[in-house]
Amino acid sequence: MFYIYCPHCGEHREEEEFHAKGQAHLARPLDPDNCTDHEWGEYLYMRKNPRGLHHELWIHATGCRKFFNMTRDTVSYEIKEVYKVGERPTVVAAS
Amino acid sequence: MQHYSGFGLLKHALNFHENWQRVWRNPTPKKKYDVIIVGGGGHGLATAYYLAKEHGITNVAVIEKGYLGGGNTARNTTIVRSNYLWDEAAHLYEHAMKLWEGLSQDLNYNVMFSQRGVLNLGHTLQDMRDIERRVNANRLNGIDGEVLDAKSVQEIVPIMDCSGNTRYPVMGASWQPRAGVARHDAVAWGFARAADALGVDLIQQTEVIDMVIEDGAITGVNTNRHGVISADRVGCVVAGNSSVLAGMAGFSLPLESHPLQALVSEPIKPILDTVVMSNHVHGYISQSDKGDLVIGAGIDGYNGYGQRGSYPTIEHTVAAIIELFPMFSRVRMNRQWGGIVDTCPDACPIISDTPVENLFFNCGWGTGGFKATPGSGNVFAATLAKGEAHPLAKPFSMFRFHNGSLIDEHGAAGVAH
Repeated sequence: MFYIYCPHCGEHREEEEFHAKGQAHLARPLDPDNCTDHEWGEYLYMRKNPRGLHHELWIHATGCRKFFNMTRDTVSYEIKEVYKVGERPTVVAAS
Repeated sequence: MQHYSGFGLLKHALNFHENWQRVWRNPTPKKKYDVIIVGGGGHGLATAYYLAKEHGITNVAVIEKGYLGGGNTARNTTIVRSNYLWDEAAHLYEHAMKLWEGLSQDLNYNVMFSQRGVLNLGHTLQDMRDIERRVNANRLNGIDGEVLDAKSVQEIVPIMDCSGNTRYPVMGASWQPRAGVARHDAVAWGFARAADALGVDLIQQTEVIDMVIEDGAITGVNTNRHGVISADRVGCVVAGNSSVLAGMAGFSLPLESHPLQALVSEPIKPILDTVVMSNHVHGYISQSDKGDLVIGAGIDGYNGYGQRGSYPTIEHTVAAIIELFPMFSRVRMNRQWGGIVDTCPDACPIISDTPVENLFFNCGWGTGGFKATPGSGNVFAATLAKGEAHPLAKPFSMFRFHNGSLIDEHGAAGVAH
């Protein structure tokens, strides 16, 4: 059970109020009309799936209904930090 | 290999069962193999078995970081069915179903395949329309299936609440009589024993830590215990860890690894003689031969490699089961576990060549890999033997995510993905 700090509400709440929405920091193609099939495939389907630190998007679905980002270890499940959309993570994987 | 039979059982009874042969060897790996299979789960072992049996390639090693069948093969709810909507998926799973039907004899190992039928319940009008569409598609593909109304469902499962007096009343179901369950461990052990007997080396407790790639072609794998082992071809069948291995080979896959949980109750007297699945209230249940209720549902929403999940998911699952079977409300749960499933964007597997020559991947089975075990191994063995995709595996290329020919089984399969 995660106990998640929502950066918008400024409170810790239980996992059931939140939904994980996949990889964070996905950049939409700047020029979608001229994307190749390969570029579309990469944008739509290819995902980082690290065993270790992962930056992911969450939504406080039954709370403030706002999105935010989280850095979490996918093995220990430890939440390293939460930060608002548009901000950069401070905890990043080595290499 | 010692042949198992009723007579053998009697003979060994006279010796107090003290002289049974070891089921498989524990060999030291050679320096080089024709084919290395990474991952000693059901799919990997099946691949090794069919490579040796159908393609005569016996210079094969299966490299497993833990013990055989210790991953998702031992962490699923053992349901076997083939009622998928789209032709490509239906053909693949039906291929597996036909192999299941003769598997115990083929392996000389009782995999306890029990064709007790699977119900996929419908709780809304749209559910029923989808069920009708899927059953019709199945029948056109030669797969058995029927659409049942609530009354017929009640006749098959008298203990289920089909009263209409529930939050999500049971309106009907699809029914595949040939579907059922199998004993998951026995499947891994049976394939392992039969593969070993044909000369396949099963290398346990050995983790692949890197791939040896020269000029865009794989020549072997580097392991933690036995150093570099060379091979002409390498097949990776590592489920939740597929992305990690693809990373070693220098490409990415459209996979996300999620925990998928299941739980079993204390053993009780026989009460449920079929498999009930519901996509809408989201839970599935069957009773094992030992008597425990085997319960599963959906994945945890976040990525994870920890082989455990969250309690809210279990609560949701159990709530769905109690909605269907109020009488189970006081059954105590014995054990709960999680496996790491590699989910694909279109809920279909990847059986494919890769950007690296002679390296093949069989992954992305997500929440529904167990049912495909023999079929997956069979087509992947053919793919590894010939160096090109088996006709049934062709639509499942990893390159479909770049050319757009996805096989969208999400929800369409009537399953909780």
